[in-house]
Amino acid sequence: MSILIDGNTKVICQGITGSAGAFHTKGCIDYGTKMVGGVTPGKGGQKDDNGLPIFDIVADAVQETGANATMIFVPPPFAGDAILEAAADGVEVICAITEGVPVQDMIRVKAALRDYPDVHLIGPNCPGVITPGRKTSGEGASAIFADGCKIGIMPGYIHMAKDDAPTGKAVGIISRSGTLTYEAVWQTSQLGIGQSTCVGIGGDPVKGLNFIELLSMFEKDKATDGVVMIGEIGGSDETEAGAWIKKHMSKPVVAFIAGRTAPKGKRMGHAGAIIGGADDTADAKMKSLRANGVTVAESPADIGASMAEALGVAFAATA
Amino acid sequence: MKIHEYQARELLADAGVPVPTGHMVQSVDEAATVAGRLFDEGASMIVIKAQVHAGGRGKAGFVKLVKSRNEARDAAKFMLSNKMVSPQTGPDGLEVKRLLLADAVDIDKEFYLAVTVDRANNTATMIASAEGGVEIEKVAEENPDAILREPLHPLLGLQPYQARKLAFDLGFKGKQVNQAVKCMLNLAELFRTSDASLAEINPLVLTPATDAHPDGQVLAIDAKFNFDDNAMFRQKRIAAMFDPTEENPAELRANKFGLSYVALDGNIGCLVNGAGLAMSTMDIIKLHGGEPANFLDVGGSATEEAVREAFEIILEDDKVKGVLVNIFGGIMQCDKIARGIVGAAKEIGFKVPLVVRLEGTNVELAREILEDAKADIDMMQSATDLTDAASKVCAAVTG
Repeated sequence: MSILIDGNTKVICQGITGSAGAFHTKGCIDYGTKMVGGVTPGKGGQKDDNGLPIFDIVADAVQETGANATMIFVPPPFAGDAILEAAADGVEVICAITEGVPVQDMIRVKAALRDYPDVHLIGPNCPGVITPGRKTSGEGASAIFADGCKIGIMPGYIHMAKDDAPTGKAVGIISRSGTLTYEAVWQTSQLGIGQSTCVGIGGDPVKGLNFIELLSMFEKDKATDGVVMIGEIGGSDETEAGAWIKKHMSKPVVAFIAGRTAPKGKRMGHAGAIIGGADDTADAKMKSLRANGVTVAESPADIGASMAEALGVAFAATA
Repeated sequence: MKIHEYQARELLADAGVPVPTGHMVQSVDEAATVAGRLFDEGASMIVIKAQVHAGGRGKAGFVKLVKSRNEARDAAKFMLSNKMVSPQTGPDGLEVKRLLLADAVDIDKEFYLAVTVDRANNTATMIASAEGGVEIEKVAEENPDAILREPLHPLLGLQPYQARKLAFDLGFKGKQVNQAVKCMLNLAELFRTSDASLAEINPLVLTPATDAHPDGQVLAIDAKFNFDDNAMFRQKRIAAMFDPTEENPAELRANKFGLSYVALDGNIGCLVNGAGLAMSTMDIIKLHGGEPANFLDVGGSATEEAVREAFEIILEDDKVKGVLVNIFGGIMQCDKIARGIVGAAKEIGFKVPLVVRLEGTNVELAREILEDAKADIDMMQSATDLTDAASKVCAAVTG
């Protein structure tokens, strides 16, 4: 079990002929994702290096391949349009990797998506979503996985399916940051804790799925034993999530908030990571999460250990 | 991206928000000439304001009211030859290169009016207050009820009924109401069409009743705009307003190479991939008793050249007594970073301790590259995980 995607999810790539789109389509195929095609307007009828069919429009791709998820790599000026095209053609999971989409575009896209209540947008400006597959052979970066689904740019091999987890436990991971997500995944895997699904929600101020929607999915998912939530400075999403957790969440949640040392008013890389007022500092968020019963890791190095403790599993590292 | 007040006033005037006429000057002589002309045209008092991307100008003495051409010359001379120091500039202060001269306006009442991105509601929101002319953060803290909010419809923008509601709630009367409504609607539209992330008028003023304006006039006096960097590709006019002399030179240089860099006050340089991990690296340094010298995100697709450039920027900061490299390879391949380190060691040389922690894509290859180069880079230590990396670099700079 997992949320959003699993080994049966059929994925297309919008922007498959661009360098990033092509590179990561190959990466997803290598992980075992059922990649079924791609879209680049004007290149319909061709095949990519992996032999996948390319279509001019998403509607054709969906009709021919039965795709129910998409990975978007189109350049920022056109990313909003690509999201709307996928939604209009019934693609249920839209994962927008593209970084640098104007906020005004996302405000309009977000409003238009209200017409498609069954569509889930992840991102933009995110690493993507992965439901880890079982390891069938190999070690480290050259390991082979089966029955998983990776949609995005994360290194697949650091993840661990619940079936492979020595502790028999798996957590869901929700994160505003890319590489910090890998850090959390790696730490949990090292401690023998698997991941049910990991979702990078992205670093932009206006985006698709947020903490609360995903927490609610993880709460219902039978394979998820706990949730790691990685937030950062800026906005009030983590604070609102804390209040929601207290009311609705029965599974343990461990949080980490990046940016305790960030100065006020400076954008720290992500468009959304800027401190505006007293409430959106890391310390304010940590305090409010703790008040709502969430375990907050002080150090980014303690995310895995805090989760292990919350799950009540042994501490011995597997590596 | 930020712009100057004189540029913001230009945008407002063009968008139909009334602004008293202003003139931007760049020298003392020019200031005296313009002031002389304004007085000749009947001004009784004019205001001279330093144009810098930082607040706190009034208290620092960089906003002055003058009553004669000579007073204008003295004020301009002071502002153009002294650095402005305010809580927002840091102790070194900022050089002032441009001044704004404008007719001083009699003020009956001051308001606050702004539009900003409202992430909680996935739209933009207009914020207004009858307590204008002061820091809005202070109002929010001390008297939150004095702040009014109206969200912009994500597709239709601010509607006239919303502006009317705000205008009446702010206490405008008679013909003032329509003037205020016009300011609000035009400001909201300017926000949307210019891809702004903040459009702030503080203060928006009401002038006293005169024979020509029996209900007074609603005017924008000072304005501050920030824009969405990601949208500048379609905002040529705004993009042209960029003033590189107002930016930190190291940050500008980093941007050219696709690096995201913010200078800080500590002595441990950081080179990290990913914004969240970069912030966390700063945090863990602090947890181990150290102080980060910078935020630096090399991004996911940096070249070896960009990595070398990143080292150069970090090492040029004299405060830096040690460097921590923390890479979790995803799209970024660890071997690229390793080659960048070797290249930087050859070209720049590491005179301060360097602690390297690598994990993720191509990490084995990267470790081999660093192992081979170890003899040449004697300041380098490797770390097994985040805690190890932070404690090693903190020990290296204090020891």
